[in-house]
Amino acid sequence: MNLTSNRVIRVLLLKNCSLSKALKNVRGVQSSAGRLSDHLFVHRDSEENNPNTPFEFNEANKKRVEAILAIYPEGHKRGAMMPLLDLAQRQLGWLPISAMHKVAEILKLPNMRVYEVATFYTMFNRQPVGKYHVQVCTCTPCWLRGSDEILQAVTKAANCAVGHTSADKLFTVIEVECLGACANAPMLQVNDDYYEDLTAETTEKIINALKNGQDKPPPGPQVSSRFAAEPAGQLTTLTSPPPGPGFKIRSDL
Amino acid sequence: MAGVLARCTRIPRRQLGLVGTFLNAQQPKTYSNAPPEGKKVGGNLSDEDRIFTNLYGRHDWRLKGSLQRGDWYKTKEILDKGADWIINEIKVSGLRGRGGAGFPSGMKWSFMNKPSDGRPKYLVVNADEGEPGTCKDREILRHDPHKLVEGCLIAGRAMGACAAYIYIRGEFYNEASNLQVAIAEAYQAGLIGKNSCGSGYDFDIFVQRGAGAYICGEETALIESIEGKQGKPRLKPPFPADVGLFGCPTTVTNVETVAVSPTICRRGGTWFASFGRPRNSGTKLYNISGHVNNPCTVEEEMSVPLKELIEKHAGGVIGGWDNLLGVIPGGSSTPIIPKTVCDEVLMDFDDLVRVQSSFGTAAVIVMNKQTDVIKAIARLISFYKHESCGQCTPCREGINWMYKIMWRFVEGNAEEHEIDMLWEISKQIELHTICALGDGAAWPVQGLIRHFRPEIESRIQKFKCVAAN
Repeated sequence: MNLTSNRVIRVLLLKNCSLSKALKNVRGVQSSAGRLSDHLFVHRDSEENNPNTPFEFNEANKKRVEAILAIYPEGHKRGAMMPLLDLAQRQLGWLPISAMHKVAEILKLPNMRVYEVATFYTMFNRQPVGKYHVQVCTCTPCWLRGSDEILQAVTKAANCAVGHTSADKLFTVIEVECLGACANAPMLQVNDDYYEDLTAETTEKIINALKNGQDKPPPGPQVSSRFAAEPAGQLTTLTSPPPGPGFKIRSDL
Repeated sequence: MAGVLARCTRIPRRQLGLVGTFLNAQQPKTYSNAPPEGKKVGGNLSDEDRIFTNLYGRHDWRLKGSLQRGDWYKTKEILDKGADWIINEIKVSGLRGRGGAGFPSGMKWSFMNKPSDGRPKYLVVNADEGEPGTCKDREILRHDPHKLVEGCLIAGRAMGACAAYIYIRGEFYNEASNLQVAIAEAYQAGLIGKNSCGSGYDFDIFVQRGAGAYICGEETALIESIEGKQGKPRLKPPFPADVGLFGCPTTVTNVETVAVSPTICRRGGTWFASFGRPRNSGTKLYNISGHVNNPCTVEEEMSVPLKELIEKHAGGVIGGWDNLLGVIPGGSSTPIIPKTVCDEVLMDFDDLVRVQSSFGTAAVIVMNKQTDVIKAIARLISFYKHESCGQCTPCREGINWMYKIMWRFVEGNAEEHEIDMLWEISKQIELHTICALGDGAAWPVQGLIRHFRPEIESRIQKFKCVAAN
């Protein structure tokens, strides 16, 4: 097979005298991709992530576990799975398999039930991430406003390729789907905070401030004329003070 | 998936079996065919008729501030009027679900008002806002959380629910914190919890955060997710109103629908119905993003002309109105409409159906003539490919095929007959899946082919020219 395809390519090369031209016309056979997700679903034991590494919720989080379990009705405590996984992730910064086992133990469930959930949702990091998890939104509304430049600025400033962690373990940069701040596009998320209305310069500034260990830049829109999702410059609505209680209330109430 | 789109009105004839052949002769009838009587166009809403008075966060969002803005005013009296009164007010107001499907809320809530069989009932609020273009619920959650908390209590009373679960997307951490604070304040003030507002009605509100899955905006997937499972939609029936969260009767509603209900009850359903065209009544939060001078979120009347909305509130299209290429009117799953349509279309359910698009969540994504529209849609397909839960084959495999074809179209590396192939694939995905995510992925592609086919063809030609030389 290989030989024939080589020969075909060689013949094409001779014909067109240019490899690039030949390759442009070669089309792949359509088939289902083997990997559809951003992460592998399989777990491989490693030094830092194996079932024998101990994991225990700390004292403060143990109280939180009790509080979380209390909001679900008896017999349906399984509902607490996602909050508990999130809690474990917040304690460690990522979600090792031993934490999943701990959650399964608390909820009295087979481990498999926890693996299912932990692999389904994209916010559970089953590999260690950097201190700052930088998620750049590149979906259409952000892309229209120039998210490509933002992504480039982030990877350059953080010195880290998309989908990787930087060598100093400070940044993990990923591209994500819509983060729900489209009126403030382009934007990125660092851990829990949204940085909105970015330009390449402000992005660089944010990343550099984080890198140099300065105070965390204030989240929100990075242009001075905006506070939230209002139109920049002049307000077009809500210019008068809000009316008080009972305004325009019906007479029979 | 806030923008789950209704499919009940769009059952294809071939799924009706033999009956379908008899229906062939008939013109399909939609709501928009009937001439609406009453108001013809909306717009110019005055500040005193706006519901979300702290939309931009310029005032205090906590209990004290929201009391001053009129939240929690006479809530006890509203609760005392009883469930039927509340549901009737919502029915009179003509409120339609704000999450995208546009199902009449009064009717949906009344499904819950059956005689109790001993099981508790739940209200689930869908704050899993993830549809590209949509960012309205976020403003409510962080700047007006008490409107939502009060709305939960009133909607819960109307349904006879014992508790509400508010499911917020995981990325909205700060928004969830604001809401959690608002709920704690309401508990402390005795507004919710045991004997809420002194009405003798017990009601709890819980918050659950998601973990990054758009599909959890689908109502049954959301229920699965709260139950601690993978967010994979359930087959309906049984509908959530019969078997929902924890096996109990449940209603899932959007944040905005719930948050406007206290004001509707206070000012009256007829007040709300006086805005917008008939069957499209009320006010609505619009998100305007993309190529406009001032992207923003704004509350306007329903049936506002799209052009007025963009020019007045968003400072116009970058490069002027004549530089407009097209608009995605209701979030990523609605088909794109070209400029000729944008000139006069009204932003409401019926008028956008008339132009073969959909109102969705009123998330307007504007593209000007400098946009590579094929790439814009291809990027949306990447989104759907990423977010498909993988349960139904047409969606899991079909979107992947569409993805591959779309990205070849971006370069032009394709044949012209493949445009029809893509159309066929999208038709095979649409309506052949458990939930509407497949439909939502198919419609943007169909919109692109419907209005921008020459663009795709010219790119293919161009690619061929370059390859030949």
